[in-house]
Amino acid sequence: MSAGAATVPAALPRERTGTLTQIGHLARRSVVRTVRQPAVIVSSMVFPLFLLAINASGLAATTDLPGFPTDSYLTFFLAVTFMQGALFSTMGAGQAIAQDIQLGFFNRLQLTPLRGPALIGGQLAGTLLLGVVQATGFLAIGLAFGADLEAGAAGALALIALACLVSIAFGSVGLTIGLRTGNAEAVQGAFPLLFVFLFFSSLALPRDLIAQDWFQTVATINPVSYVIEAYRSLLVEGWNGEALALGALVAVTVLVAGVTAATMALRTRMERT
Amino acid sequence: MRDAHQNGIEVEGLVREFKKGPRAVDGIDLEVEPGEIYGFLGPNGAGKSTTVHMLTTLLPPTAGTARVAGHDVVRDGPAVRDAIGVALQEAALDPFLTAREHMRLQAGMHGLPRSEAERRGDQLIDRVGLSDAADRKVGGYSGGMKRRLDLALALVHEPRLLFLDEPTTGLDVQSRTALWDEVTRLAHQHGVTVFLTTQYLEEADALAQRVAIIDTGKIVAQGTPDSLKAEIGRPTVEAVPAEIAQRDAMRDVLGRFGTDTAAAPGAVAVRLDDGTEELAEVVRALDAAQIRVANLEIHAPTLDDVFLAKTGKRLEGAGEGTESEAAAGRQPTGELEAVGA
Repeated sequence: MSAGAATVPAALPRERTGTLTQIGHLARRSVVRTVRQPAVIVSSMVFPLFLLAINASGLAATTDLPGFPTDSYLTFFLAVTFMQGALFSTMGAGQAIAQDIQLGFFNRLQLTPLRGPALIGGQLAGTLLLGVVQATGFLAIGLAFGADLEAGAAGALALIALACLVSIAFGSVGLTIGLRTGNAEAVQGAFPLLFVFLFFSSLALPRDLIAQDWFQTVATINPVSYVIEAYRSLLVEGWNGEALALGALVAVTVLVAGVTAATMALRTRMERT
Repeated sequence: MRDAHQNGIEVEGLVREFKKGPRAVDGIDLEVEPGEIYGFLGPNGAGKSTTVHMLTTLLPPTAGTARVAGHDVVRDGPAVRDAIGVALQEAALDPFLTAREHMRLQAGMHGLPRSEAERRGDQLIDRVGLSDAADRKVGGYSGGMKRRLDLALALVHEPRLLFLDEPTTGLDVQSRTALWDEVTRLAHQHGVTVFLTTQYLEEADALAQRVAIIDTGKIVAQGTPDSLKAEIGRPTVEAVPAEIAQRDAMRDVLGRFGTDTAAAPGAVAVRLDDGTEELAEVVRALDAAQIRVANLEIHAPTLDDVFLAKTGKRLEGAGEGTESEAAAGRQPTGELEAVGA
């Protein structure tokens, strides 16, 4: 019953794959997937831009409030689109990994010498690409419609860099939800909950102009306010080191927490011996 | 047993319990020889896929031991994964990638250098007949094409053992035959050990040198298909009366030669007590009783009969897709069917 006269081929040359090499392979796949789903890119930009268009015209009179930092509500609200884009990244990253689990692709990867950090890093590559496309698009459209960018050309690069950091930070939160639930619909269900953070922030007004005390307190506690204010500082004020540092700190904290949670969720999900 | 350690599978008392669930696998023992095609046969929910998941290191066993390619599945997971290729029940493909991109990814993750990955990928894509579709997104592939690509991906690192979990479920006859040919070629020409789960009896019969039948987590029979059929021994005669009104009379006559067994609608079947020697006598008895016969067939024991004898149930999908049985007008077996139901 043994192989008998079977022809055993010469062994294939193989190398031990390091984490970075694996990240490269998985990042390439993640980017290809993202590029081949233009509908995902477009829809993640249309809603924030729609909200921008409505608010820029409907709330324009808000700039008349004493102490309002700019006379362009379009410029003021443009910062929010970047944050909304990042929340769409959360859903995209979570749904991608959940679909992999549902389709069995996750098992296929588990059967290779896959390292956990490589999976997380590779998945976030697609999120990063989406972040670059969104941020560039939001900025270009905002400027085309008359928004200001007080920090100039270098500020544009800083804004896109911050958007990328925020995208992968919130993307890692999405990855955690996707790994925990293993269900793309469940990820989608969690999406509106993330918007609560957006709506209870300084999205529509500077925190010091929010009249309701409780809302002002919630917006001050809400870390999303500081990310929006970091974007806003580049658009409205120029270079504000404190606002940028606070926004970056929030993003890095979310990234560290998100990646840690995603790593733990991955360990639970990967039952392989 | 040196080869068995390198290429075989040894399982003792393997158990898998799920929280708040039954024992999906309940203490199975089996041994698969190197280069052998081993059929693991059972209905849906019998424990086939859970067994495959444990043997391929995707699921830790609750108890028992299993060695695959000489490595313990619990302690040496990476070494097991390095030696095996796996095509699980659903073709696990990314609908947005092409076949060539899948190959590149899989080969890269297994550590094949870029040039070797390209060569190996092209070779396997060609072997499974997907060269023309290699640069198309697999989301547009048919079920058969996906299965073939899945098999090719399982082979990319030249595994010594291949696990195929219901590889032909849902495939048309042509795709199924092509996959059978490839599996046979791998085992016979390259000495690859194949562990094949299936719910199709004819698949196990056609491919496997040895078969284990699993039901509700336990192995109820194990051996070569011929030896298992020989255990059952007795052939079945099935007859259809020309006039339906004579069906009861036909049942009385045939009942004198054996025990009643499941038959197609309108037919009567008995398992003969004394084998095919009685066939002439059966025809004479029907003639003497003036029963006109529209069709009369003798069936050698099948693995379905083995399954029925060992479990008291018929196997879901038994005989599905076999032209000979369809032509003979046999009852297609659907859900698990209790004896006599």
